[in-house]
Amino acid sequence: MPGSRFVIATVLSLAASITHAAAQGVLTIYTYESFTAEWGPGPAVEQAFEAQCGGCDLRFVSVADGVALLNRVRIEGEATKADIVLGLDTNLTTEAAATGLFARHDQDVSKVTVPGGWTDRTFLPFDHGWFAVVYDTQAMANPPRSLKELVEGDPDQKIVIQDPRSSTPGLGLLLWVRHVYGNDAADAWRKLSRRVLTVTPGWSEAYGLFTQGEAPMVLSYTTSPAYHMIAEGTERYQAAAFAEGHYQQIEVAAQTVAGKRNPLAAQFLAFMLTPAFQDHIAEKNWMLPAAATSAPLNPVFDRLVKPETSLLFSPDEVAANRARWIEEWLGAFGR
Amino acid sequence: MSVTPAIAVESVRFAHAGGAGMAFDLAIPAASRIAVIGPSGSGKSTLLHLIAGFERPSSGRIFFSGREMTQAEPADRPVTTLFQDNNLFEHLTIAQNAGLGLAPRLRLTADEKRRIDAMLAAVGLSGMGGRLPGALSGGERQRAALARALLSGKPVLLLDEPFAALGPALRDEMLTLVTDAQQARGLTVLMVTHSPADARAFATHVLFVDHGRGSGLLPVTALDAPEAGSALAAYLGR
Amino acid sequence: MTSTKAHVPAARPSAVHAPAIAVLIVAGGGVALALAALAAAGLQSGGAFIAAFDGVMGRAVRFTLWQAALSTVLSVVPALLVARALHAHPAFPGRGLLLRLFALPLALPALIAALGLLALLGRNGLLADGLTALTGARWPGIYGLEGILIAHVFFNLPLAARFFLVALEAVPANQWRNARQLGLPPLALFRLVEWPALRAAMPGVALMVFLLCATSFTLVLILGGGPQATTIEVAVYQALRFDFDPARAAALALLQLAAAITLGVLVARVPMPVTPFGATRHTRARPSMGETLMHATALGLAAVLVAAPVLAVLLRGATAPLRTLLADPAVINAALTSLAVALSAALLAVGAAVALLSARTPMIMMLAAAGGGGVLFAASPVVLGAGWFLALRPLVDPFEAAPFIVVFANALLALPFALRLLAPGWRASQLRHDRLAASLGLAGWRRLTIVEGRALARPLVAALMLAGLLSLGDLGVIALFGSDAVQTLPALLHARLGSYRTDDAAGLAFLLTLGCLVLLWLADRFSDGALR
Repeated sequence: MPGSRFVIATVLSLAASITHAAAQGVLTIYTYESFTAEWGPGPAVEQAFEAQCGGCDLRFVSVADGVALLNRVRIEGEATKADIVLGLDTNLTTEAAATGLFARHDQDVSKVTVPGGWTDRTFLPFDHGWFAVVYDTQAMANPPRSLKELVEGDPDQKIVIQDPRSSTPGLGLLLWVRHVYGNDAADAWRKLSRRVLTVTPGWSEAYGLFTQGEAPMVLSYTTSPAYHMIAEGTERYQAAAFAEGHYQQIEVAAQTVAGKRNPLAAQFLAFMLTPAFQDHIAEKNWMLPAAATSAPLNPVFDRLVKPETSLLFSPDEVAANRARWIEEWLGAFGR
Repeated sequence: MSVTPAIAVESVRFAHAGGAGMAFDLAIPAASRIAVIGPSGSGKSTLLHLIAGFERPSSGRIFFSGREMTQAEPADRPVTTLFQDNNLFEHLTIAQNAGLGLAPRLRLTADEKRRIDAMLAAVGLSGMGGRLPGALSGGERQRAALARALLSGKPVLLLDEPFAALGPALRDEMLTLVTDAQQARGLTVLMVTHSPADARAFATHVLFVDHGRGSGLLPVTALDAPEAGSALAAYLGR
Repeated sequence: MTSTKAHVPAARPSAVHAPAIAVLIVAGGGVALALAALAAAGLQSGGAFIAAFDGVMGRAVRFTLWQAALSTVLSVVPALLVARALHAHPAFPGRGLLLRLFALPLALPALIAALGLLALLGRNGLLADGLTALTGARWPGIYGLEGILIAHVFFNLPLAARFFLVALEAVPANQWRNARQLGLPPLALFRLVEWPALRAAMPGVALMVFLLCATSFTLVLILGGGPQATTIEVAVYQALRFDFDPARAAALALLQLAAAITLGVLVARVPMPVTPFGATRHTRARPSMGETLMHATALGLAAVLVAAPVLAVLLRGATAPLRTLLADPAVINAALTSLAVALSAALLAVGAAVALLSARTPMIMMLAAAGGGGVLFAASPVVLGAGWFLALRPLVDPFEAAPFIVVFANALLALPFALRLLAPGWRASQLRHDRLAASLGLAGWRRLTIVEGRALARPLVAALMLAGLLSLGDLGVIALFGSDAVQTLPALLHARLGSYRTDDAAGLAFLLTLGCLVLLWLADRFSDGALR
């Protein structure tokens, strides 16, 4: 039957499309989907690295997001095919390190330009950004100017946020509120919950509801407006600058224990902090570079919110308190 | 002839979706017992369904005692039908099933209840009114259905092979029951059957249906001496 | 067994047990393997299995049961009216389209459906201004329990109505004729003819809807409004995601499965009606004007409920760059992958259903009935995925097996639908044909192709179609770990939405919805052809 043969062939070719080779000259990088998408930085990064490594083959394997990335490495354990895992963030690095699957790097961290500096010897930043409340200028004339105004503002002006148990930005907001309010965080959440239209499992659903006009505000990044200005030519969506500062997200990469034996891994980590990699971050990953670029960014980026204060808990603090803080968040929402 | 037939089927045409056309023209005298015979698929059941109103003719007219009722709903016709199976509602008692013949809403007066009991006794089901159909034998179930048909008081009774699944003795008993009721009430009865013996025992006339056409009423003796070479002779194997 | 009655030739039907037992072992084993792997991983990592039964879980269990019970009542009761209306009017213009439309929600990814519903009833939906004027207060949208309920009714009312319609069509023609010649008024007709048939179908349909709602995931998360709307399924996902706490996930999954099996066994004890073989021609009385009006209202409301969100999705997508999308190799690949997954899973599910139905030991029949009730829904995709990935790890690269895992899990989750669609006709055909087949020496595969395969061509095609549509969108199995080897259309849609490309996502939703409608239309055409 031609039908069934087609099915079998398709299934087999699907299976075959993820053959990993540990052979020399191949570098396997696990990352998240939007990094390797045709409009993401992946294709350009691959081309640039392969041009300078002398005939090597860079292969991306992509999963949904940073958390899925960690889970995938966890499940594969020491048998992982990954030489490098690219796309975790600092909220995950303590747990990632605890798996014992990641190896230290020997890179010069002075090249890293993320605010607050960088000292971690295992994980290396490749980009960063700040969480921000993005609002629709057509629906909201007076956006909140501080986290306090967001928390105490008109409950009729809604915001869509993400669940901290399933989403990185969701966790980011949880930590942001905690950082600003400390032990009064639960109270703040109780107030804020009146303004929350709904809590989505991930960023995409929340942003989808926001652009559909369901709420005038969404939790996203300071860089989100850059996408709308550059790709869509509209100034409609803007980020609100908060007086208390913005919580930071730093996305990192690391080589695995197995990857450390592959010389290409270290070579890639070094490459990651050069303009050949960093030039593709701003307008393809819609985040901010973590090291020098060859030319100044598109002027649009100068118009984005630039937080004067970066808020960030250390990875260890997050790992130690996350469960308790989420419990507290649940209680505040439990009503 | 000035006697109005109990049933008149005038130039009725009908076809099942994708089936061959049928055409019927009959007049059934009142208080007659007609055996409807013919090969399988010849249109015997369809004829009964047209008379009962389950099917509507594409053209032609149907009269009951001179009144045209071609478009009338089955319930409005002076007709009641006994099918081969599924005559009873399984979750109603025998008495309730029979009672449907009197009042479809089943709000029965004491007098009606007595009539039901009497009718059940008449068909040989005395004392079984409280049982559910599932607890009865095939013959008993058809008796209950007959009780309902008789209680409805409709003057035309159509029997669509209701006794085909019963043994010979039981079948004879049921035929006697129907004949007695027919005579007592002056009913007009059409019975589809495949058994010439049943037809002989029961009928006053025979109606032979073949390829969607009716023969006109034949005397019962036609079963013993069909015209040589006729379709009826071929059907009877003569 | 030795007995004086040594020869009972015709009484023993030509049942084939081996394939059924194989299906039970594979399906049951698959679920057990997933749970065992999770539990083992949990114990290994020192996670406390018992500690999982805490207050959060209690709240999740209560909310799950509450919303599922409400959703079931709100879906099943109107579905009775809709099925009656569809049955009473067998040939009005647009009836075929309506029935096809009713199969559509099954195939729609929950995210698309949620956005479609919100495009109408959301805070900024098309109806928001009208509702604001009507209620006198700013329309708050449908976030919270009401949103979950509306979405569940959107998904399950049409499904239940289709199953109830099948039950009504199985009522013997002579029952309708009897009712007509007795002139039963509408209420008596309902009580004496329609209700008994519907009641017999009720436990199975209600259980299926209940379990589908109890294990609902995306809808609960998007429309639930906040963490107060946490179901067990959501808790399982969250236990595995950031915490990677397999012990807790296994405990929750076991709880869910145990509840479903209990319900399933209870339902399986309600005897499944054996419906007479072969649908007869329509013999129901023509409804009166009043009834027709009532039916038209029921059908109209149901049509609006299903069609309006679908139309909203289509309208939103019509302005997307469709031509660019159709020429995009990623889209074409995803479409082919989706089709391949759907087709393989559908064939597997229907094959398994046929194997189960061909065996006749009471034990297998009861298990099949429980499966038909949807017990397998309780084995959530997330649990199956996580468990299998953990279990397969030492043996093969689980990510190379991902396409097979996706197909297998989808087949398992489609099996209840296939069983439910096939079981009534199958049992009837067995009753009717067993002796004849035995006397002709027809058994096994030959009997299947000559008897049931032909006689039941229509339900077989319907089951394939339903199982396929169900599998078209589902990716829960690998959502936790991801595998770029299985990039289906819904996954692609989600990926585009995750990269600010909302127009692409809307366009993909448009194509996916339209594609499903075309597939439904083709399947209908094909099943009609198979009958002639």
